[in-house]
Parts: sequence; C-alpha cells; structure tokens
Amino acid sequence: MIGRVICAAALALSSALSAQADPHPDAQRVLAIGGSVTEIIYALGQQDRLIARDTTSSYPSEAQELPDVGYMRALSSEGVLSVKPDLILSEEGAGPPETIAVLKEAGVPFETIPSGTDAEGLAAKIEAVAEALGVPEAAASPVKALRADLDHLAEATGDEGQPKRVMFILSLQGGRVMASGQGTEADAIIRLAGAENAVQGVEGYKPLTDEAITSAAPEIVLMMKRGPEDSGHAAATEALMAIPAMAATPAAESGAVIRMDGLYLLGFGPRTGQAALELHDAIYGGA
Amino acid sequence: MVALDAPRERLAGDRRHLGRALAVWLLGLLAVLALLSLGHGASGVSAPRVLLDWLAGHEIAQTDRVVLFDIRLPRLLTGILVGAGLAVSGAIMQGLFRNPLADPGLLGVSAGASLGAISAIVLGGLLPPAMLAAAGWHLVPLAAFAGSWLAMVTLYGIATRQGRTSVATMLLAGIALAAMIAAVSGLIIYRADDQQLRDLTFWGLGSLAGASWVKLLAAGPVIAAALLVSPFLAWGLNGLALGEASAAHVGIRVQRVKTTAILTTAAATGASVAVSGGIGFVGIVVPHLLRLLAGPDHRWLLVNSALLGASVLLVADMISRTVIAPAELPIGIITAMIGGPFFLWVLLSNRRMLDG
Repeated sequence: MIGRVICAAALALSSALSAQADPHPDAQRVLAIGGSVTEIIYALGQQDRLIARDTTSSYPSEAQELPDVGYMRALSSEGVLSVKPDLILSEEGAGPPETIAVLKEAGVPFETIPSGTDAEGLAAKIEAVAEALGVPEAAASPVKALRADLDHLAEATGDEGQPKRVMFILSLQGGRVMASGQGTEADAIIRLAGAENAVQGVEGYKPLTDEAITSAAPEIVLMMKRGPEDSGHAAATEALMAIPAMAATPAAESGAVIRMDGLYLLGFGPRTGQAALELHDAIYGGA
Repeated sequence: MVALDAPRERLAGDRRHLGRALAVWLLGLLAVLALLSLGHGASGVSAPRVLLDWLAGHEIAQTDRVVLFDIRLPRLLTGILVGAGLAVSGAIMQGLFRNPLADPGLLGVSAGASLGAISAIVLGGLLPPAMLAAAGWHLVPLAAFAGSWLAMVTLYGIATRQGRTSVATMLLAGIALAAMIAAVSGLIIYRADDQQLRDLTFWGLGSLAGASWVKLLAAGPVIAAALLVSPFLAWGLNGLALGEASAAHVGIRVQRVKTTAILTTAAATGASVAVSGGIGFVGIVVPHLLRLLAGPDHRWLLVNSALLGASVLLVADMISRTVIAPAELPIGIITAMIGGPFFLWVLLSNRRMLDG
C-alpha cells in the first residue's frame, strides 16, 4: 500500500518535472488550437480523434467543417467545454489566461505544444503532438518527410552565391507598405529558404517609409495570397509597383512578386519544409 | 401660492410613483434574466437539473460544477455589477454636466483605462520577472484601473481652483487630456507586435469572458461601494439641474456633490472597464431611456439605471456567448449593435417631446 503511494507520488513528480507533453492515448475527443497543431494532427493520421478546432485552423479544408471555438487568443471557457473535449492541444499563446485557468480547473488535460521555426524545432513540435496523442511512432513519417525537404533545401542553397534580398509585405493599406522585420515567421521562412530579409534593423511587422523601402532594395517581393486567384492580384502588383519608392527597387525592374498561401508560408507546421522549398525555387528560379 | 403648489405637488408625486413602480418591474426583470443567464450557455449544462441532482444528494460532475460555479456564476455577478456601474456612472455624469451626451469618458476615465491596458499588454514584458509573476494575468485589469484613476485625478486637479471645481474646465481639459493620452497610447501601439495588436483589439471590444471569482472579489466591492453611494447624490444632482448658483441657494453643498459624483463615477467606471474592457453605450442609452419613461428625478433615475443597466448587460452577454457558440462574440459589439438602433428608435418616436 505504502509502496503504491510512493510510486504514485514519484510518477506525479516525474510528470510534473518533464517538459514533454503527457501522453493521452485514450483521448478520443481532441480539440486543436492553432493552425499548425491541427495540420500536424492530420499529418499524423489522427484526425478521427479531432472534434473541434479554433479559427486559425483552416487547413486541410476538412478541418473547416469541425466546430470553431473562436480565435485562439480570445477563447471562451464555456464554449470550449461545450464541445466536451477530453484533451486540448494548443500552440503557444492561447488565451486569455483566465480561460485557460478555468479549463485546467475543469479537469480537461491541456497540453501546450512548443513553437519552433527551424528544422529541430519543427521536428520537436510534430513529436510533441504525437507524444501527447499517445502515438509517438506516428511522428516518424511526417518528421522524415520534413527532414527530407529541409535536407533537399540545404543541398539546393549555397550554390547560388549571394543570397537574394526578399521583402515580405504583409499589407498595402492606402499605399503604405507594412513589411516584416526580424523576429517574425516571415523572417524565419525567408532565411529557411536560403534568402536574406531585405528589411534589417526593424522588429516585427512595421510600416516602412519610402526611403526605407528604397534603401532596403529588395530583389523580390513576397506576399500572401488573398482569397481565390483572380485579377485582383495583378491589380495589387500594379498598385505596389506604382508606389514611387517601390518603383526604384530591383524587384520593380524584374517584376518579381511571389505570392503564397498565408498558413502554408507562415504556419510552421508539417508543410513548412515543402513551403520553404517552394519559396526557394520561386526565388532562385527552380532547380 | 397654495393654489399653485397643489398641482405641482401632485405632478411630482405622480413621477415618483412611476419611478417606484418601474423599479419593482426592473427588479423582477433582472431576477428573471439572472436565472436565465445562469441556466443557459454554450455547454448545455442545465442549472435546474444540476441543482435538483445536488439537492437529491448526488455527486455533481466536475465539469458541471466548473461551468455553473466557476464560469457562469462569477460571470453573472460581474455582468450585473458592470452593467449597473456603467449605467449609474452615465446617469451621474449627465446630471453633473447637465448634458444628455455626457458619459464617464469625459472624465478621461476611459482613455486612462485603455492607456493602462495598452501599456500592460505591450510593455508588460519589460517588468522585472518577480513583479510579473506576482501580478500574473491581473496585470491588465490592474493597469487599466490605475490608468483610469490617474487620468481622473489629473483632470480633477486641473479643474479645481481654490476648492472649487469648474465643470466647464473639466469638460474642455478632458478633451485635451484624452487627446494627449491617445497620443501616448498610439506611441505604445506602434511598438506592439501583431499578437499584442490582436489582444488590444479584443480588449477594446469588451468581454465578460475573463470573469472569475478573483477578479470579482477585487473589482466587485469597488463597484458595489460606488453603487451604494450613488443614491445619496440624487438630491444634489436634482438641485444642480437648476444651475450651480441656484443649487447653492436651495442649500446644496455643490462642491461636495461634485467631488462625490466624480469619485463615484471614476470608481465604478474604472473597476468596470478593468474587468470587462471597453463596453460602450450602456452608460448613455440606459439613463436616457429611463428619463423618457419616468422623468429626470434622480431619486429613482439612479436606482433604475442600476437595475436596467444590469439587465441590458445580462441580455447582451447571453447573446454574446450563445450566438456563435462554441465561439464568443465580444459584448461591446452587441451592446452597440442593439443599443444603437433601439436608441435611435426611441429618440425618433419621442422627437416632439425632446424638441419641446
């Protein structure tokens, strides 16, 4: 009896100490919070256990048919409990904290998946989700695919000589360019694709002055696709290049604008290796 | 003299009667809404069933207990206090400034609270870790409350000379102060990353989703104290309706009424905004509606504002947490979406009365 108590205490202690997610192999009603976590669950082939998702989980399209518990940073505690999850898997940064505290109080296991923007971090992310779902072996195949893509990418980069200067533009509101500096997902994917962020010395997404655009001198402009492919993109490109400061950049001369899906490009999930490879090929003109 | 007095006495009596009857009705309405609010929610946990189970001596499931006692109950009480606090603050401000458009925003309270919240959301990470750990997720509400008081005290200091507060100075200085505060807020917002920007947007739309016992215990007594003090302002505000000089002549201590009114409003609004973010419109619509229904006598206006304000917020909150369940719509959107057209309708159908 005493031995069992000590054993239980030791178990509790060890699970409290380990940073890894606890395995929940019996969980059959999983709520995914964060687009990349949802993608990983699909990549692991565990989508049958998924019963709800948050607003940022838009890929794959089947996921959009699941109930939506709201934006990941504005979750409602009763709304989350109403889908009766027996496991919540979340990206970092879910909130508000009051809601998370209530969910823990309600006894629903809540596992936070660490974020990662490099090869190791991404593999760890996939493994953490697989671990939490109690199917660690399922991670092998998506991790292998991810590593293969990234290895392929590593081979491809390096022989281009000077890395190309890429500017990621988040939005063009009223002719004002909102571009990505350092410390963003956009910056990470540009570097992963073997290019260089043209905007240096700025943190986060910031509106750039005309002079900063000219001195950044991007060779390529990277943007997100908005809605279905249509003539709107051509018009947007025209509007972009019509900004006087933009017209003076090498990107305007060559008309090099790359557009990719936002979640695919910036989601940092299982498709990131593929996305980085695609971006690399788009930047350097294919292999 | 006697002949003139008689009908006036009867008229005042009529209005008072109306106010009292309305208070009884509103109290009933609030009770019904409170029960409905406790019984309904996204999760479909039924309050009566759980209560019966509990009375029958059954164990309550952990989820049911959390939904009822840790989610719905603190949220219900927070909603009642915040709704009452905002509506009473609006009524007091309109009485003090003798302006139907006045609201606590004129005291710089809202601008100050949002500066506090913005600072906490964006710059909170710069605090020493020990302080951050101690404040936890209460940092934003605490900062909002501190911001609202700082703005109010500054404004009061500017507008008060030789023990006399000039309401006109307060109104104009309030606009200047709000502009300065908005500039500082803008400067901080510029530093924010996109996650913080999202948080700021949601904070500005208001929500009772973060209601918890801890928050309720912190903010509840402040709002409740303000609500309890407010009826004592009724006589003074009625007197102020005649103008400051006349009010002083009928024996009202004008300065004391002003100070109490300002402190009460700042306490109620500051604490309300701190727990729920920006919820607009309740403070203007509710007192107006009651003035149209039962006249401008503050003796019943303040009490009825509290009751109707609480009811309005409970209805808005019920809509907010069920209309797009399992997700939740920020409550500020609902109060404005329903309150705006309704208010317009009331105004237009009473146009003759207002013009006359």
